[in-house]
Amino acid sequence: MNDESQRLPVDTDRDVVRVRQLVRTVAVAVKLSLVDQTKIVTAASELARNTLVYGGGGEVEVTRVHNERRAGIRIVFADQGPGIVDLDLALTDGYTTGGGLGLGLSGARRLVDEFDIDTEAGKGTTITIVKWCR
Amino acid sequence: MERVPVLKIGDILLVSIQIDMEDQVALQLQEDLADKIVATGTHGVIIDISALDIVDSFVGRTLATIASVSRVLDAETVVVGMRPAVAITLVELGLSLPGIRTALNVELGIAMIGTRDLSGLLDDEDEDEPDQAAVTAP
Repeated sequence: MNDESQRLPVDTDRDVVRVRQLVRTVAVAVKLSLVDQTKIVTAASELARNTLVYGGGGEVEVTRVHNERRAGIRIVFADQGPGIVDLDLALTDGYTTGGGLGLGLSGARRLVDEFDIDTEAGKGTTITIVKWCR
Repeated sequence: MERVPVLKIGDILLVSIQIDMEDQVALQLQEDLADKIVATGTHGVIIDISALDIVDSFVGRTLATIASVSRVLDAETVVVGMRPAVAITLVELGLSLPGIRTALNVELGIAMIGTRDLSGLLDDEDEDEPDQAAVTAP
């Protein structure tokens, strides 16, 4: 049982800021704690930047979700970029092909409750994250 | 594009980041600060991030680069005002900001830099030990 989703394009630096702002708004609305709000917004910032820098742009979808016990927020980052060839390597702290710190993907995974990645070389990457209220 | 102002106060440069920065704005700040350090000959830079509700790896890396560049230009950088939730998130993200000095607020940051000519700015009554008074002020 899910509410309506909100979608944003991710094609510029400015869009990454918009994603952060939307995620913050929804995180407050589902009543995540302050620390959890901070974690999900930070994770969203890392993954939206990846969508832009590595995926060549794409789209983000933010949804309020519920299960029997809890409310939460689900965010999907989708691009049609080159995909991730070696996923294990990409999820290793400190590994980067883009000149960054190599913490975006691995760090974002630590900040959320659920992390799912679907990628294929040449086809693109879709990452889904969920953060539940405690 | 928005720009983060760099203020000269006494002997130090003060930057208070009040906006949700695009990556380009953060990079511009890095350049502006380096220019201003050289132009003013300052030995201390305070970066106030108390208004930031997140610091992601890009902003964290930018802060680290600013600190390194400042050091090479003979200035010391202190990052002040980090929110507790931001600190928790940064460490969990894997970024412990090595090489960056931090203080809880601007006043403590100024004291850390140990700038001598700032005693007047800190509203010091005690003329004998102005530095100590600055540190212990609430």
